[in-house]
Amino acid sequence: MGNTTTLSDNPRVSNPANTNGSKSGLPPATSPKSDLMGLQSLRPDDHFHSYPEYFVERRHEECIRCLVCVRQCPYDCTYYDPDRDVVYNVHQNCVNCKRCVAMCPTHCIRIERFDSGFRDNGHWGTHLVRGLRKQADTGGVLLTGLGNDLPYPSYFDRIVLDASQVTNPSIDPLREPMELRTYLGRKPESYRPGSPGEVFPNILCEIPVLFAPMSFGAISYNFQHGLALAAQEMGTYFNTGEGGLHPDFRKFRDSVIVQVASGRFGVDPDYLLSSAACEIKIGQGAKPGIGGHLPGEKVNAEISRTRMIPVGTDALSPAPQHDIYSIEDLRLLIYAIKEATEYTRPVSVKIAAVHNTAAIVSGIVRAGADIVVIDGFRGGTGAAPMIIRDHVGIPVEVALAQADQRLREEGIRHQASIIAAGGIRNSADVVKAIALGADAVYIATSAMIAVGCTLCQQCHRGLCAWGITTNRPDLLPRLPADQAAGRLTGLLRGWQHEIQEMLGLMGLNSIESLRGNRLKLRGVGLTQLELQTLGIRQAGL
Amino acid sequence: MPTCPGTCGTGFSQFPSREKIMNSGSRTFPHASMINTSLSAPRGYPGGESQGEGEVPRRKSFVRSPYDEKDLSACGLIGFVNRDRRRESGERIIRAIANMHDRGNGLGGGFAAYGIYPERADLYALHVMYDDPHDAKQVEEYLKRQVVVEAAEEIPLFESRRFSDHPYFKRYFVDLRERLNGHDNEGDYLVDTVMHINVNFEHAFVMSSGKNMGTFKGVGFPEDLGEFFRLPEYEGYIWTGHSRFPTNSPGWWGGAHPFALLDWTIVHNGEISSYGINMRYVKMFGYECTLMTDTEVVAYLFDLLVRRHGLSFEDACKVLAPPFWKDIDVLEEEERFTLTHLRSVYASAALNGPFAFLLGFSGGIIGLNDRVKLRPLVVGRGGESVYLSSEEAAIRTICPEVEEIWAPVAGEPVIVLLESVGESRDGRGNQRQRPVLQGA
Ligand code: SF4
Ligand code: SF4
Ligand code: SF4
Repeated sequence: MGNTTTLSDNPRVSNPANTNGSKSGLPPATSPKSDLMGLQSLRPDDHFHSYPEYFVERRHEECIRCLVCVRQCPYDCTYYDPDRDVVYNVHQNCVNCKRCVAMCPTHCIRIERFDSGFRDNGHWGTHLVRGLRKQADTGGVLLTGLGNDLPYPSYFDRIVLDASQVTNPSIDPLREPMELRTYLGRKPESYRPGSPGEVFPNILCEIPVLFAPMSFGAISYNFQHGLALAAQEMGTYFNTGEGGLHPDFRKFRDSVIVQVASGRFGVDPDYLLSSAACEIKIGQGAKPGIGGHLPGEKVNAEISRTRMIPVGTDALSPAPQHDIYSIEDLRLLIYAIKEATEYTRPVSVKIAAVHNTAAIVSGIVRAGADIVVIDGFRGGTGAAPMIIRDHVGIPVEVALAQADQRLREEGIRHQASIIAAGGIRNSADVVKAIALGADAVYIATSAMIAVGCTLCQQCHRGLCAWGITTNRPDLLPRLPADQAAGRLTGLLRGWQHEIQEMLGLMGLNSIESLRGNRLKLRGVGLTQLELQTLGIRQAGL
Repeated sequence: MPTCPGTCGTGFSQFPSREKIMNSGSRTFPHASMINTSLSAPRGYPGGESQGEGEVPRRKSFVRSPYDEKDLSACGLIGFVNRDRRRESGERIIRAIANMHDRGNGLGGGFAAYGIYPERADLYALHVMYDDPHDAKQVEEYLKRQVVVEAAEEIPLFESRRFSDHPYFKRYFVDLRERLNGHDNEGDYLVDTVMHINVNFEHAFVMSSGKNMGTFKGVGFPEDLGEFFRLPEYEGYIWTGHSRFPTNSPGWWGGAHPFALLDWTIVHNGEISSYGINMRYVKMFGYECTLMTDTEVVAYLFDLLVRRHGLSFEDACKVLAPPFWKDIDVLEEEERFTLTHLRSVYASAALNGPFAFLLGFSGGIIGLNDRVKLRPLVVGRGGESVYLSSEEAAIRTICPEVEEIWAPVAGEPVIVLLESVGESRDGRGNQRQRPVLQGA
């Protein structure tokens, strides 16, 4: 990827003693000397990109100078001037992660938008101007974290759910059983008890929500530990991502899906067998068609052990798997994994949602995959070029609807389960995805938000203020594993209740009757072609 | 003018036929009727007149729903099996369903009868409903290509003022031998033929297609329809009847129960909330749900599970009304394994929502409730006959001497078979161990 830079890591960070002080609370610093000092620290063309985006407002009269905010900000944004006994900020470094806000004991900090941005322009948004200036400065690719944040329309937000009235009774989940159990994997077309029919390995989910692939390295040791504990507790699965499975986590073998990605990090027979299922990663919704890059400085001893690469080396995942250049190559890898695991594990294949997903999914199923993951363009990432994250791929809703329909038309829907991923935000999205045809969903960003993520999109910098996407020893303890597990369990429990309520109001008492049941969905504000693509009807009809 | 329904998602992409169905000249979508003017009925025949000066003549459709939406209805149902194959006229079934008059609203009723064509028992009897007599020609040409039509005749009707406006009914007795173009068995071949007619001939609808049986149905109170179809003149050993309370599509004869495929007939009370996935599931196996009603899918599911996949009746019922996981989890290894696999393999076949249905077939009747029993079903036994009904009163009306009467628990199938076919299972929570309905 060569030269990379980010929107927020400002070169002018090392000595923050150049600020003019905060607007609020105290009068601005009066010494012309300090102004001069500040200016001297600028590089010649620094003024091109030094407009702060956020403004850290501190009510100094309420500040008790405890310096918590100084210690908590990993972005070199906050410092204390002992001479004046004042806490100042370098506003242009603030990424609005809200860590200081949450930790300040007197709640005297507020983060605001710095100003109006550039002159209002419907075409040249402020973020574009910023990006262009930044790029001109560094000549690099703009990197970012998390998922596509541009305001593309959301199909989930234009789909509403049906409810029972009079002609069929709704079912009260507090009084009647309400079943969410889901088996993922290939099923035979028919089953005759007592006869030695084909039986395929399946994994059992007590809730059709799994934790999406997030590699150790991209996320912290503790967060992955928390995911594992929560998955175990809730009867679902977490996914190693492409970063291997740390020896400490092999004990979660019944709750983990291990991934085989293009970098093949940490892949050996024991890894494949320390799993409930194996997954081949072809693509990722946030960055379809490109590989991954974990910078060498992030590769510490633990990550090195897990990924089986030397400490300090860049972990580069090539864009394609170098032994998969066609569907028949994919078949070889699927069966290589099946052989290695002696056909005891379902093999999943994960792709990014792209224009011809339906045909690709059909090919993948025919190649032998037992589970297909379709990752939509809202899916998150630990690091991706912003231009790709924001402009490549399609919404998972349409890709899912088309793939499910195609598999049914070809009569092979039973041969694989479908997991929908990429931007699932709440239990309603889960229900909509399942009604469109998914067997289950993957969640990642929602899980990160549950443990504190504030969507600051700095994951690629390895400085996550909330201890989620960092392994820096000073930041890691901010998210203890048991706390993460507790919050993730809470999230899934909440969703579980909500999904049960939604099933009940539709007059259903088990999730399988919702799966692919598109009559439970209606579109609002969609064109005929969109309705047709989603296979749903217009609201009111 | 309403939005053209041909574009509303589900119907469009999954069921191309829906679009056609909707364009079949129903009164809701007059713009679509123009394509049908060449087929307009003769003057004086219902549907033949134009609707007014200057308007394009519209065809009324009996066989297709005017609405592109799922049919909602509540109902009364009854059926009985003379386990000794004693044939009796349709008089008792009419009396029984008349007893439940208030469970219907006069907008639908129907009957299925088994054993009514003993002299042609080897031939498949196709009961076909046409919008008007002219529509029969094309279908008959198609039928002649597909099967050997041994006999064709109008279904005798008792014409009265009450049914001045009705579809045209014909029945065909057909033989399939020598015509199985590449099909393994007669069932699949006939299913394909029936599906083809129901999908592609928009003014025709095959009501039933089994041997030595038939269905009779329409819009009206069932007791009136029974008289209209002259059922007291038929003799059968299994009868089912249905009284319908539809909340839409009042003039739709095709939407009345029973629904049938081969010799499977289904009368149903309730709403299948899982219909959206059930219909997509059976479509994978070539069954087209041509009528927007959830009931026909049950007949197709039984055909798939029992005839094609070889499941036992019990297992098919376990698929349709699956036991709860909490109950499966505590079973012995072998049974747990079986039920777990049945549930996961046939997840999309499970019926959810309130229902009670009677599935008739040549060998008996299967009664099934949803797994939380949101619709009534009672069973009674009197002599060699077993009765299944929405209401006890209906059973007592026609069998005052009933010996036993009980309500099966939720999700427990009641399998009533002819003595010659096998032992019945009573659906009293332990039918596996206790087949009490062996008969004498
Ligand atoms: S902790 Fe976060 S919000 Fe607070 S100043 Fe630093 S970057 Fe800004
Ligand atoms: S955390 Fe709050 S009270 Fe403490 S120094 Fe910072 S602003 Fe002042
Ligand atoms: S995980 Fe951390 S760095 Fe990434 S968006 Fe969330 S808070 Fe920011």
